[in-house]
Amino acid sequence: MARRIAQPARMVALTIDDARVEAGEGDTVAAALMLAGLDRWRATPTSGAPRGLYCGMGVCFDCLVTIDGIASRQACLTPVAEGMRVETGAGKRRLEPKR
Amino acid sequence: MPQSATGNDCDLAIVGAGVVGMALAHGAAGAGARVTILDEGDRAFRASRGNFALVWVQGKGVGLPPYARWTLGSSDLWPGFAAELEAETGRRLHYDRPGGVDVALDEAELEERFSGVERLHNAEPRAAAVEKLDRRRLQKLLPQIGPDVVGGTWCAADAHVNSLRLFDALHEAARLRGAAYRPNARVESIEPLADGFRLVTQAGEMRARRVALAAGLDNARLAPMLGLSAPVKPERGQVMVTEKVQPFLRHPMSGFRQTDEGGVMIGYSNEDRGYDSGQDWRTMARIAANAVRVFPQLAQARIVRAWAALRVMSPDGYPIYERAGSGPPAYVVTCHSGVTLAAAHARILGTAIARDAWPTEDLAPFSARRFAHG
Ligand SMILES: Cc1cc2nc3c(=O)[nH]c(=O)nc-3n(C[C@H](O)[C@H](O)[C@H](O)COP(=O)(O)OP(=O)(O)OC[C@H]3O[C@@H](n4cnc5c(N)ncnc54)[C@H](O)[C@@H]3O)c2cc1C
Ligand code: FES
Repeated sequence: MARRIAQPARMVALTIDDARVEAGEGDTVAAALMLAGLDRWRATPTSGAPRGLYCGMGVCFDCLVTIDGIASRQACLTPVAEGMRVETGAGKRRLEPKR
Repeated sequence: MPQSATGNDCDLAIVGAGVVGMALAHGAAGAGARVTILDEGDRAFRASRGNFALVWVQGKGVGLPPYARWTLGSSDLWPGFAAELEAETGRRLHYDRPGGVDVALDEAELEERFSGVERLHNAEPRAAAVEKLDRRRLQKLLPQIGPDVVGGTWCAADAHVNSLRLFDALHEAARLRGAAYRPNARVESIEPLADGFRLVTQAGEMRARRVALAAGLDNARLAPMLGLSAPVKPERGQVMVTEKVQPFLRHPMSGFRQTDEGGVMIGYSNEDRGYDSGQDWRTMARIAANAVRVFPQLAQARIVRAWAALRVMSPDGYPIYERAGSGPPAYVVTCHSGVTLAAAHARILGTAIARDAWPTEDLAPFSARRFAHG
């Protein structure tokens, strides 16, 4: 279980799968997920194995989440923002035909 | 361990463990040669690790009709070759031959391409059949195409494979067939002797009864040491791959393919940048913009990786296959399209090298002598 070791100057509010949570300004989405008690937040589309934070620095693409409706964003590289909507658990995306 | 794996004397030394060298090793070891494969380290230029993984037939050989037949021959060997490798290694290659498409964004381009196909068919009636599709017919095959696509060409022989799995399976199969793989053993020089060759490598000296050069770009430097010639040069290609998405593209295409795992590969550039295997955003942006014109849906997909690799290009783009004229057996085998040709390299050239039965006449069109005059 992740634990915060320094108090941020300001807090922002966001949602993770529709649940409201608070995170420190400047935290990454990965930090917010970990502090919310999640350590695996999707399954790989190839094998179904669970995935969460792995490299923590943008290399492995294990930490993908949907942020404000845009799928497959790296939680470890994206800073939180006020009102942000984070959704976990996405599998392989479907590319919708353009209308 | 077989003696060739530890001793400094070996039967057949293959220089280079890219997809070309490994295909030769597979075939030669299968035909009874005791093979030692000498390779560089991890920082080497390796087209074999950065390619697009098409087993591609259409459009090949317009300027050299025997190449069209050679390519189709390899493409026809591929299903059996893939099945054999899978059975032998227990690994899956994800080889699939649903037929391939090359789309066109303007009429003139399509006409020009198709007139090349027709010229080829007049010169070589046994070349693979290629059909021209207008936009309506193309849409039946690929409903996702964007409004700018005017049509395309179709060839039922086109296929694709997971080329990293192919590479891995070739290494595993060579090992199972008793071949010895020696990385970090770059060949610095080769000297013909009366009964074989002396090779000076990064890992010491060794002797081989016969040698096959499959060193990619370094064939240009090594071939003259054996009285051969292979004037190959690098041509850079940049490729990108999207996140894994639901199956949306059934057919491999020139410049597009969806992998077995769901990522969509998008290619590619053809750049003359010497030995610079770096990337640049302008080229990537151009490739992405073109991709979105062909498949507007791709705009929604995120690019997760992009890379560049150096093609191994002869002056006319066709392979160089040659046996040295005199002395102990020495060969050079180099090409662009080493994935497509892997089956022919393994089954035909690897076997020929193992048996010292080089089909000189059949391979005459691929001799480097074609560059001497002209
Ligand atoms: C962007 C791109 C896309 C491509 N797409 C396709 C495709 O869709 N279909 C297809 O069929 N082909 C494709 N190709 C071409 C294909 O990848 C190459 O034809 C093939 O990989 C060439 O293999 P190779 O073994 O000759 O060379 P390489 O892969 O370059 O391997 C050469 C090997 O030799 C070793 N070596 C070099 N010098 C020495 C030395 N002195 N001593 C010992 N070892 C040495 C190197 O370390 C290396 O391991 C593509 C290539 C590129 C770059
Ligand atoms: S944890 Fe590796 S990319 Fe985010």
